[in-house]
Amino acid sequence: MFSEFLQYLFTGITIGATYALIALGFTLIYNANHVINFAQGEFLMIGGMATVSLTAMGVPMLLAIVLAVVLAGLMGIALQRLAIAPAKDANVVTLIIITIGASIFIRGLAQLVWGKKYHVMPNFSGDEPIEVFGAVLNSQSLWVLGVGAVLVAVLVYFFTRTMTGKAILATSMNKDAARLVGIRTQMVLMLAFMVSALLGSIAGIVVAPITFTSYDIGIILGLKGFVAAAIGGLGSGVGAVVGGLALGVVEAMAAGYLSSDYKDAVAFSMILLVLFFMPRGLFGAKVVERV
Amino acid sequence: MNGTLAHYTKKFLAITAAGLLAMSAQAADPIRIGSFLSVTGPASFLGDPELKTLEMYVEKINEEGGVLGRQLELIHYDDAGNASKARNFASRLIRSDRVDIIVGGSTTGATMAAVPMIEQAQIPFISLAGATVITTPVKKWVFKTPQSDRMAAERILDDMKSRGLTKIGLISGTGGFGSSGREQTLAVAKEMGTIEVVADETYGGSDTDMTAQLTNIRGTDGVQTILNFGFGQGPAIVTRNYAQLGIDLPFYQSHGVASDGFLELAGDSAEGLRLPASPLLVPDSLPDSDLQKPIVEAYKSEYEARWNAKVSTFGAYAYDGLMLAVQAIEKAGTTDKEAVRDALENIQGHVGVTGTYNMSADDHNGLTADSFRILEVQNGSWKLVN
Repeated sequence: MFSEFLQYLFTGITIGATYALIALGFTLIYNANHVINFAQGEFLMIGGMATVSLTAMGVPMLLAIVLAVVLAGLMGIALQRLAIAPAKDANVVTLIIITIGASIFIRGLAQLVWGKKYHVMPNFSGDEPIEVFGAVLNSQSLWVLGVGAVLVAVLVYFFTRTMTGKAILATSMNKDAARLVGIRTQMVLMLAFMVSALLGSIAGIVVAPITFTSYDIGIILGLKGFVAAAIGGLGSGVGAVVGGLALGVVEAMAAGYLSSDYKDAVAFSMILLVLFFMPRGLFGAKVVERV
Repeated sequence: MNGTLAHYTKKFLAITAAGLLAMSAQAADPIRIGSFLSVTGPASFLGDPELKTLEMYVEKINEEGGVLGRQLELIHYDDAGNASKARNFASRLIRSDRVDIIVGGSTTGATMAAVPMIEQAQIPFISLAGATVITTPVKKWVFKTPQSDRMAAERILDDMKSRGLTKIGLISGTGGFGSSGREQTLAVAKEMGTIEVVADETYGGSDTDMTAQLTNIRGTDGVQTILNFGFGQGPAIVTRNYAQLGIDLPFYQSHGVASDGFLELAGDSAEGLRLPASPLLVPDSLPDSDLQKPIVEAYKSEYEARWNAKVSTFGAYAYDGLMLAVQAIEKAGTTDKEAVRDALENIQGHVGVTGTYNMSADDHNGLTADSFRILEVQNGSWKLVN
């Protein structure tokens, strides 16, 4: 009985940590310019697919991971430079639509380059699962959790202790004021996209051994990440992490104790409930509209 | 002046001669084989090998002198996996291309979208899609080459029974293939009576972890074996989760993942699992007495030599479809649609890659569950067990 519960919990936390990492990517860009970047899932895909194809070409795993992350970072910069920046002062909805277009484009490109097959990535540290009180834990889950925790810590440091991080926050609060105090806001936006892409690609790489990877893996994971970010409250780092974990655990519990048929329904009802009672999400900032 | 007249006469003669030639060519008009396949789009893994197979064997038959002394002409369209496009292309094949027979329809959706029009136009149609609904109930003009999922369920449950396994934990994908397979499994189990489905779990097409469902099945009282009916990457994830959880019950998959791609994805976790599959996966281990052996071997080597790609069971459906069409036309001795249809319905003992076809008025598929071979994964490759 307990071991079953534990099993569901492990499953939920692993998948939840993935959602949380994706949600963090959403949060980052949202904080910079209030855009929800629907190409976030594609960064995930680029990370996983590039790593797989590079290792297939004989590049050592670690180097392949680094190259894949760099590639995704460049992709993030390119997305901001080539698609978002030219739209200049377009309103947020237009920018969101641009990111949707960009995601379709990136996915198409990936399909051309890498084909439509699913690919496997080996576990980072052996296939032997770890047994805890009768439940089993995939060793890769620990990687996901560990890498997730490190990334969160780095992000917190970045935003609260570094000048660049503060510049991003400042830009998000008031672009004009930020520009007045000498922040190069276009530069900051580019940086936000790059960091978000790095984050997404790392998430894509650590989860690839669990989920497999293919050119369209970003769609559904990106969507779930967005749900997690919305539950947690868009723009809140803590919210993204809590939202992701909560979503993952609720999904796994629903599949285990209710019915696997209603797993997704339960997850999506959760977002309805949360948004109904707390429209800004669990940790969303209170926003006062100034007229 | 005179010169110009002679010139005109010459020109006139030339035109008449050309016209005559064209008329004589019409006498030995090619036999038109129409096809609509999902060559691109999400179902391209079906349509692509199917088209390659059709192109290659139409060429080959033509080099060998054609059928009834006439050449074959393949007219094909790409429906990109879109049912309404499939319907439009079927209409074009019938109305403007005036084909003699249609061999195509990669997916059940595309096939069923075209069926009403084909029935109305009264043209023989051999579908390459799997679902039971295509030929049950029997439609006068519609035939199909792949086995139904029901036969796969029968074959799997038979094998379980012979191993003394009677309590099944079922896990299936919620997609079309998985949910239809689930229904058929439940129905077959009910009919057999001796087998009971004690757990019934599902997972979504893009789910990335099925540990929770498998834990549930493992915790079910008396469960003796696990069956996964699904398609795509889902079954590979189920297989990996199954291995991670250390479940040691006999494990079955459906014919939906009977491909080398699945073995690549599932890796070591697939060791020991069984599934029903086409003999095409194990041509070398077929006994010499097997009638299908030479045909399977020839198809595999010819396809792989020509396209430099791995052969797939889906391409074999097209091979069987084309060969059935050719045999029916030869038997009928004409391309008259009614006669070809009657000949198709009376085909007996036609040995194909997928199985041996015995058509009849109330069976437009002609295969039995035995055409599936039960394979087991041993040391990372397929091994024929039954």
